Amino acid sequence: MRSPTRNRSWLLAALFAFVALAWVGRSRPAWADDTLASDIDHLGSTDPVALHDTVDHLAKAGDARALPALQALDDGKLKMDTAGHAFIDDNGSVKSAVPGANRAPVGALTAVEVDNSMRRELGPALAALRLSAPEKDVRLAAAQELAGHPSDDATVLLRTAEKNEKDPDVHAEIVLALAQVDLASNDANRRLAAVVALQQSGDISFKGDMERLTTKDPQGEFNEPDPRVRQAAAATLKAIENKIALISVVGNLFYGISLGSVLLLAALGLAITFGLMRVINMAHGEMLMLGAYATFSVQNFFAAHFPNHMNWYLVAAVPAAFLLSFAVGVLLERTIIQRLYGRPLETLLATWGISLILIQTVRVIYGAQNVAVANPDWLSGGWQLLPGVVLTYSRLVVIVFSAAVLLFTWFVMNRTKLGLELRAVVQNREMAAAIGIATRRVDMWTFGIGSGIAGLGGVALSQLGNVGPELGQNYIVDSFMVVVLGGVGKMAGTVVGAMGLGIANKFLEPFAGAVLGKIFILGFIILFVQKRPQGLFALKGRFAEVG
Amino acid sequence: MSALTTRLGEMHGKRGWIALAATFAVVGVVLPLVHMPDYLVALLGKFFCYAIVAIAMDLIWGFTGILSLGHGVFFAIGGYAIGMYLMLSIGEQGVYRSKLPDFMVFLDWKELPWFWRASDNFLFSCLAALVVPGLLAYVFGYFAFRSRIKGVYFSIITQALTFALMLLFFRNDTGFGGNNGLTDFKQLYGYPLADPHVKLGLYVITVVALFLTYLLCRFLVTAKVGRILRAIRDAESRVMFCGYDPKKYKLFVWTLSAVLCGLAGALYVPQVGIINPSEMQPSNSIEMAIWVAVGGRATLVGAAVGALLINAAKSYFTVALPEAWLYILGALFIAVTLFVPKGVIGSLDKSGRAFS
Repeated sequence: MRSPTRNRSWLLAALFAFVALAWVGRSRPAWADDTLASDIDHLGSTDPVALHDTVDHLAKAGDARALPALQALDDGKLKMDTAGHAFIDDNGSVKSAVPGANRAPVGALTAVEVDNSMRRELGPALAALRLSAPEKDVRLAAAQELAGHPSDDATVLLRTAEKNEKDPDVHAEIVLALAQVDLASNDANRRLAAVVALQQSGDISFKGDMERLTTKDPQGEFNEPDPRVRQAAAATLKAIENKIALISVVGNLFYGISLGSVLLLAALGLAITFGLMRVINMAHGEMLMLGAYATFSVQNFFAAHFPNHMNWYLVAAVPAAFLLSFAVGVLLERTIIQRLYGRPLETLLATWGISLILIQTVRVIYGAQNVAVANPDWLSGGWQLLPGVVLTYSRLVVIVFSAAVLLFTWFVMNRTKLGLELRAVVQNREMAAAIGIATRRVDMWTFGIGSGIAGLGGVALSQLGNVGPELGQNYIVDSFMVVVLGGVGKMAGTVVGAMGLGIANKFLEPFAGAVLGKIFILGFIILFVQKRPQGLFALKGRFAEVG
Repeated sequence: MSALTTRLGEMHGKRGWIALAATFAVVGVVLPLVHMPDYLVALLGKFFCYAIVAIAMDLIWGFTGILSLGHGVFFAIGGYAIGMYLMLSIGEQGVYRSKLPDFMVFLDWKELPWFWRASDNFLFSCLAALVVPGLLAYVFGYFAFRSRIKGVYFSIITQALTFALMLLFFRNDTGFGGNNGLTDFKQLYGYPLADPHVKLGLYVITVVALFLTYLLCRFLVTAKVGRILRAIRDAESRVMFCGYDPKKYKLFVWTLSAVLCGLAGALYVPQVGIINPSEMQPSNSIEMAIWVAVGGRATLVGAAVGALLINAAKSYFTVALPEAWLYILGALFIAVTLFVPKGVIGSLDKSGRAFS
């Protein structure tokens, strides 16, 4: 019945004989092709009994290559020419129903009529063939379909397929399908087997079934008469519940890390400008917003000029966003912030003014509405870790991206001349100036880089949520919280702060709801700062006593 | 008696008192007597509420050097306290003809939550409008000042406070009407709020409250307390080394400032007719700081003038040039901090006493 096995032995023979013609292995011996071709051509028979036999034969032969012809028959697309050969007429494009046969229709084509009793027969036949199709997806779909429409025929087919199936995913699906069929069976042993099989698979979609098996009906009778089945069902229910708990933990962890890396991107720049330079930049959120709008503009630019490379606009947006935010940051530092060093509260107000102006400017240019930033194809979709936990590519990429930005920041801080000078200026400005460091220039570059990193955060945000003029406002409080929690002057603090906030947020959400969860966190931080005003990772030494 | 006159003389020179009395006469007596259009009564009443907030803000920021970015919370809580009373006094005139406020009927609540029970009492509500913000400020301040949180850290956590409370009040389940807040008020202590005379009365009360607030704060800052507050602002550790406990003074002035904000909020809500969580937006609280900065820190009068100027400008520009308003406000923030650090009144005051 199973073609791939036979296929493979034949292939082996062919391999020895014609190494170069390994492809031959995909075709079957000539005698099999003859039977297949004649069977398919017989589908055009007007005699119902003959037609029935042919379908039966094809189904039993289990050759998936008959699938298109049977499917066409079911869809009413199978047509016969005057020479008695079968063809598939797919909306005008006619091809031979026998795969590989290069035949042209002779004379006019007539459609093969199928009555309802025939259709009922075709269903299982198609499913049976699909169960042995070479494509994994087709086999999976067939198993799922058979599970959805339990019948005795289907059970037989599934049992055969279960024995032959080699692919673990498809096998698991077939086991599930069989279990579903067996659960409805009158035979207690079959039900027991099904429950045990389900326990091993741990498929959470059977939670309701297990609950039904372990509970009583309104009359006080157990829904399941057999105590063995009830016991097994209770164990299965427990396994399922454990699995659900695991899924929720893994899911929360993933979403928490994802949120944490967004917060990290938002707060990393702030950790530099606020943490190191002591500049309260209330316009920091707007740097994120500028980054997101830069992404939007690059997307539009690509749509207009390189429509064929739309998938790669995001890559171009990364430097664009960095440069835009960097330039705006440098401009602000030169014109405004530079004059306010040492007056943190004034800086706070002035930068708030800057943020208002930036928001309004973006509104004037792009409108007050949110703009649409599309995910490139390679970011859509996701990777299913567990049933119910899909790690979307966009979030995975954001996590990786934030790690890369973190690495970049670390590199700048610890492995470049600028970073060295910056650290010197932070520790002792006068002394740094005395040994010849141009402190003003260092300030400018540092502020620019801090802003640029926020711009990079904007690129990430544009892939996860809405892009609008108020984007930055939503992150400013959170970013400050990260920096306050993590403590100033240490990147590790920012990372722990961001991840801690992100994960705590996601774990609180199911219990408290998104809003209350956030309130708890803010309350916690307010209390935390009472205990440790220097944050988790305090700088030690003389320069720690600032502000 | 002479002690009192000396004390009054310390608060203001002769000309100062005359100017103050004249302003009060014009704003509080003449204006209500001439027939102001209704919209102007409402607008000025609102502005004077803001002026009270600005004075309270000046007390804590201008004199004590603590920049709060959460004063909107105290203002809003004062407003909510009165709003709850107004809500209950609607009685069965609401849309649903129920004794419960409409939003509770809408949420299918069967009875008043416990924290609403006493709000049908007018005196209690007035008291709550002052005590609840004061209490919140006291508790918050107690912990914050005890752990010596100061400077920008304090500003940031007050911002977190207002942000957190805004989120809390936005929830329907919190019991304060969610997004929509409290509105559709009908009467205050039996007087219909739609009546122009009632509006005028509220206006006069607001003016009186503003001047009393001013006098109280002026009294404080010219007293010994005021000198200590300024000393805390300029050199907190030295104050400590001189044997004073800055924490106590800060806590006192911080709580007082919150109570005054509560008062302003309580006067604001009956005149404006609505209170909702957007009053707690962080941006609102920051705007309060700019009123003080524009008028001039540590001048009190300047703070009030700043509040009036900016809100007048806001009312004008948001109608006439809505696109330009944020540019103007943003530019104000920048220009004042860069070029006019003393503010309008502070720059006029040649003695330089106002802001060191």
